[in-house]
Amino acid sequence: MLDIEIDGKKARVPEGSTVMDAAQLMGVYIPHFCYHKKLSIAANCRMCLVQAEKAPKPLPACATPVTNGMKVFTHSEMAVKAQKGVMEFLLINHPLDCPVCDQGGECQLQDLAVGYGSDTGRFAEEKHITLARNAGALISMQEMSRCIHCTRCVRFGEEIAGVMELGMANRNVHSEITTFLGRTIDSELSGNMIDLCPVGALTSKPFRYTARAWELQRRRSVSPHDALGANLIVQTRQDKVVRVLPRENEAVNECWISDKDRFSYLALNAAERLLKPMVKQGGKWREVEWNVALDYVAHGLKDVLARSGADAIAALAAPHATLEELFLLKKLFAALGSANVDFRLRRQDFSTDGKKKGASWLGLRLADLRHQEAVLIVGSFLRKDHPLMAQRLRHATQKHGAEISMLSVTGDDPLFSLFAREVVKPSQLACALAAVLKVAAAEKGLTLEGVTGLESVTPNDTARAIAHSLIAHDKHAVLLGNVAEQSPQAGVLHALAQKLAEVTGATLGFFGEAANSVGGQLIGLGQGANAGDLLEKPREAYVLWGVEPELDCGNPQAAQTALKGAKMVAQFTAFKHTPALEYADVLLPTAPFTETSGTFVNTEGRIQSFQGVARPAGEVRPGWKILRVLGNVLDLPGFDYNSSEAVLAETGLSGEFAAGLDNRLSDTTVTLAEPAPEGLERIADVPIYFTDALVRRSAPLQKTADAAAPTARLAPATLARLGFAAGETVRVRQGAGETSLTLVADAALPEDCVRVAAGHAATAALGAMFGVLTLERG
Amino acid sequence: MAIMGTIAPILTAGWMGANGDDGWRLADYVARGGYAMLRQILENRRPPEEIIAEVKTSVLRGRGGAGFPTGLKWSFMPRALSGDKYVVCNTDEGEPGTFKDRDITRCNPHAIIEGMAIAAYAMGANRGYNYIHGEIWEIYKRFEEALDEARQAGFIGQNILGSGFSFELFAHHGYGAYVCGEETALLESIEGKKGQPRFKPPFPASFGLFGRPTTINNTETLASIPFILKMGGEAYLNAGKPNNGGSKVFSVSGHVNRPGNYEIPMGTPFTQLLELAGGVRGGRKLKAVIPGGSSSPVLPADRIMECTLDYDSISKAGSMFGSGALIVMDETTCMVKALERLSWFYHEESCGQCTPCREGTGWLYQVVHRIENGEGRPDDLETLAHVAGNIGGRTICALGDAAAMPVQSFIQHFRDEFLYHIEHKTCLVPKDVQWAGSDFHRFGN
Repeated sequence: MLDIEIDGKKARVPEGSTVMDAAQLMGVYIPHFCYHKKLSIAANCRMCLVQAEKAPKPLPACATPVTNGMKVFTHSEMAVKAQKGVMEFLLINHPLDCPVCDQGGECQLQDLAVGYGSDTGRFAEEKHITLARNAGALISMQEMSRCIHCTRCVRFGEEIAGVMELGMANRNVHSEITTFLGRTIDSELSGNMIDLCPVGALTSKPFRYTARAWELQRRRSVSPHDALGANLIVQTRQDKVVRVLPRENEAVNECWISDKDRFSYLALNAAERLLKPMVKQGGKWREVEWNVALDYVAHGLKDVLARSGADAIAALAAPHATLEELFLLKKLFAALGSANVDFRLRRQDFSTDGKKKGASWLGLRLADLRHQEAVLIVGSFLRKDHPLMAQRLRHATQKHGAEISMLSVTGDDPLFSLFAREVVKPSQLACALAAVLKVAAAEKGLTLEGVTGLESVTPNDTARAIAHSLIAHDKHAVLLGNVAEQSPQAGVLHALAQKLAEVTGATLGFFGEAANSVGGQLIGLGQGANAGDLLEKPREAYVLWGVEPELDCGNPQAAQTALKGAKMVAQFTAFKHTPALEYADVLLPTAPFTETSGTFVNTEGRIQSFQGVARPAGEVRPGWKILRVLGNVLDLPGFDYNSSEAVLAETGLSGEFAAGLDNRLSDTTVTLAEPAPEGLERIADVPIYFTDALVRRSAPLQKTADAAAPTARLAPATLARLGFAAGETVRVRQGAGETSLTLVADAALPEDCVRVAAGHAATAALGAMFGVLTLERG
Repeated sequence: MAIMGTIAPILTAGWMGANGDDGWRLADYVARGGYAMLRQILENRRPPEEIIAEVKTSVLRGRGGAGFPTGLKWSFMPRALSGDKYVVCNTDEGEPGTFKDRDITRCNPHAIIEGMAIAAYAMGANRGYNYIHGEIWEIYKRFEEALDEARQAGFIGQNILGSGFSFELFAHHGYGAYVCGEETALLESIEGKKGQPRFKPPFPASFGLFGRPTTINNTETLASIPFILKMGGEAYLNAGKPNNGGSKVFSVSGHVNRPGNYEIPMGTPFTQLLELAGGVRGGRKLKAVIPGGSSSPVLPADRIMECTLDYDSISKAGSMFGSGALIVMDETTCMVKALERLSWFYHEESCGQCTPCREGTGWLYQVVHRIENGEGRPDDLETLAHVAGNIGGRTICALGDAAAMPVQSFIQHFRDEFLYHIEHKTCLVPKDVQWAGSDFHRFGN
C-alpha cells in the first residue's frame, strides 16, 4: 500500500495505482476526456494534468503512478493553469455548435468547458474542419470536426470489441478518427462507442435530432435479447421510448450493451405494432374489443377440450417471455388439465427430459468468466449469440492469457486468439467432444464407463491439446453453446460434457439460448411436454405466446404444418406478424418488455425484475394481466393477482440468485457413433438480428451487415465437387420445402456442409436447423 | 565530400582520403583499425561493467540532442533479465539543420555496427536495429550492404568470433516522420505501428521494443564507442573539456561560405568553427545562430560569438547544445520569416496524439504566418507567448517543447522585428536586402 495526499486529503492506495485511480478512490474529481476505467491509458487529452510535489512540470493523473508519500494538487495554480490551457486548445478547432449538437446537455466537453473554459477565445484564426464519414446504420460520423481525438473509440475497438474498425489517420491537426476506406462499423458492440465518445462526434444515427437529454425520463430495465440480461436505462418521452443506454452493473454487463440491446427499441414504434385485438371471421380480419377476443380464445379452448380432451391443446411460448407470463401460461394450462406447454422452441433432442437434476445454467457467475484459465466451448456462434460473454472471454485471454478452445461447426472468428479449435460437421460434434474426453480420461488414468462406441474414436492433436489445457489449469470450464443445445445430439453432448467436466474437475455450463431460458426451467417448463412433440403431432388448438413460429421454431416446416391444420390458433403478440394472418384466428396485442413489468432469470441465475418504462401503446396490455383475465374468463381458480409481483411471489423465486440451478444429468450413459447422415449437412445459425420479434423489426439493425439476406455457404472444395460456382443462385431443398439462395464460398466451413441461416423469412420454408439438404440448379 | 574540415579528429579520422566517398567498406574500416576493439573485447572476455565504466569515464553524452550521459543510460539496462534485449540506433535524423548522422552512416557504417555490437555486449543485449530515416534511401541501402559484409565476416550474428556472444543486427527504414526520431515513437514504428511517442514511464529500459528492455542511442554516440575504448575514456574526456568529453561532429548550415560537417573538440570556440566554415557568406554581418538544431532557442550574434561549443557554455548563453547543428543567419534574414518556416515544420510534424501539440503548433504557425504576411495584430506577440507557454512541458514527448522554444526565443531576442512587422505590415529587413542574401528570388521570377 502507498500513502498519497491529494488536495490535503490523505489515503492509502494499492501498489500500481495511478493518481487518477487514487483520486477516484478518494472521491476527488480530476477533469479528463481520454481516460476511461475500462480502457488502456492513452494520456493524450492532457486534461487531467495535476501538480505533484517536486515535479517541475504538471503530470497527467491518469498515467502517473503513485509513489509513496506523494503529494498531489489538483487545484493549485500550476494545475488549473495547465487544465485551462488544455481546454483552450481543445476548443480552438471545435465547432462550438452546441445548439445543434446531439450531445448537448450530456457532453463532457461542454460540462468541463463551463469550469475550465473562457467566455471569449483568443483564437481568431481559421478553424480546421473534418469531413463526414459513413459509418453504417448505427453510428453517425457526420460532424467529425467535434472530435477531440481522445481515441476512446479506437481503444474500445481494439481492446473490448476485438476488432479495430476506427483508427486515427494523419498527423497534427489533420489527425482524424476514421473508418477504413469505404468500410463501415460492423461490430456487434459498436454502439458503446457512442457512449464512450465524450463529445458529439460519434452519435447515435437513429436517435439523432430526436430529443434533448434533459427532456427524457430515465427508467431502469433489463434486456430481453439474450441470456445475459444486460441492465438498461430506457429513455422515454411522452411514453415513447426514444433511446436505450447501458445501466452499469459490473456483475452483469459492466458498462456495455450489445447493439441489439441498444437499437431494438426502434421496433416498438414500427408500423406493424398490433394495437388492438383482432379476430378472423369468415376469412377476414377485424378489430374487436378485448372481451370479444378473450371470449373467443376461451371458447376455442373449451370447445377443443370438450371435444378432444386436454392433450389436444398446446401452448408455445417464446423463451424471452417474462417469468410471470410463462408461469401463468403454465398455470392456466394446468388448470385446464393440460401439461402441453413448452418454450424450448429450437430444440430437437429432448432425451435429457426427466434426467436433469436442476435448471441448466452458466455453471458460474458471469464475473468469473474472465478469471477462467482454460475454457472449452462446444458448439457456439459465440460472438453473435453472446456478444458480451464473448467480450468477457476476450478479456480473459487478452489480459490474463486464458487458454480458450472451441469445438465448433464453423470457423467464425471470435475476435480473440484461440488456444485450439476443431471445426467439424454438426453430426461429428459429439465425436469431437468424445475424443477430448478420451484423452482426458486416459491422462487422468480413469476408465470411462457408459460411453458406447468410444473405442472407435481416435483423438487427434487438437483433442490432445484441449484435454491437456483443461487438465493443466485449476480454473476451467466446459461451456455448451446454442448449437450444442439445439443439436439432435444435445443429450449426448450434454452427457459427454458432464463426463469431461467430472474427469478434469472443470465447471460445466451452458451459455443459454434466451433471456428467460433459465427462468422457464425453474418454474417447471420442459418437464411435461416438449415443443418438438407438440408440433410434430399436431394439436387442435394452439396458444402462441410471443412466438413467430416460422422464425422461432427449430423446424419451421413442422410448425407451419401443425398450425395450418389447427382448429384454433391464438397468437399473443406485439406485432401483426404477416404469416400469422394466414393460420391464426385471433391476435391479442401483448406488451413488449418496455410496456410491462416482469422478471428474467439470466444465465448465471440472477433474478432481475423490471418495471414497464412506458404506458402500453393503443389497446396493448401487459401479458400477465391478459393471462389473469383469461383465467377469470375461463372461470379458473387462483387468477386474482393484482400485480406482477404477486405472480412472482407465487413462483417461489426470490433473492439475488435463483436456487435449483444444476447442470448435472442423473444418467450420463450415451451411445456414440451414430452414422453421419448422407449428403450435405445443414449448419444453421440464428443471425444476431433475427433472434426475436423486436430485433427483426428494428429498421437500423436490419440495415447492418449482420442482417444481410441469408446465403448458402459452402467450403470451396465442396462447392467444386458439386460443380457449383460461388455467386450462382440455386434452389435449396430440405424436406418438403425449398428456397432460392446465392452460393458463397467460405473456407472456414467443414466440407460437405451448407450453412443456411435460420430465423429469416427467406429460409422459413426449410426444415430443421440440423439435417440434410440438397442443392439444385435453376 | 562528407567532412568539410576537422580539428584533431577522432571519429572521422581517416575519412578524408582522396577518394572521399569510397572508404566505407569493411576492408577499409579494418585497415583503419576497425573491429579490433570488438575482437579484443570478445577475446579477452572483458567484463561488461568495465566497458560501461570506461564509457562513463569518457563523459560521452548522447549526441542526438538531449545530451544524456551514455554510460549512465547503459547502466539502466537490466543485464540479468533473461530473454531478448535490444540496442537500437537512432538514425532518424529529422531535425532541421542536422545532417551529421547521414555522413557518419555514409562514410563509416562499420563504426556504427562495431559500436552497436560492443554496446550490446556491455548491456547483455542480443538484438539490434538501426532505424534510418526514409529520405536518405541510398544511405540506408549502403548500411544494409555494410551489414551483409559484417555478417559475412562474422562480426555480427550468432557466436561472434567464436566467443559465444551473439548479436543479430537489422536495419529498418522510416518514411520521413520527424516524430519517429523520438525514441519511443521510433520503437512504435519498428513494431509496425503508427509512429507516436509513448507515455513514460515505463521507460524503454524496462519496457521497450516489443515490450523488452531496450536502449536507444544516437548514431554518432554509438559510432564513437570503438574510438573511446581504443583511446581510453580518460583520453577521450581530455580531448574535450570537463563534463563535455571528446569531440563532436557539427553540422553547419545557412549563410556560411562552406556549409557541411566539421569534427572539432568539444569546447572549441564558435568563432573558430565559423572560420573553418569559411565565415559568413559574402562577408556579411552575422545576425543569429540556432546552435543545436531547430529545436534549440536562437542566439543573437553577440551571444554566440562568445560561446565555446559545448553543453555548458551554450546552456549558459540561454540555448541548448542539442545535436550540434548550427544554423547560421546573416543580416539579410527576416526573423519573422525564419520563425514562420520553423513553426510550419513543427505544425506539420506534430503527430497529433496529444492536445497541446496537435492544436497549439497549428495555432502558432497560423499567427506567425499572418504576421509575416502583413496581417499581424497588436496582441499577437502576447498570444504567441501564451500559446507557446501552454504547449511547453504539457505534452507526451519533447516535440511540444521543441515547437515552443523557437517561438519564445525568436520573440525574446528579435521582438523589434516582430513589432515592426505587425505595425508596418512588412519586414524590418528590406525585401531587396533579403533577396540579395538569398538565391531564391531568382527562381521566383
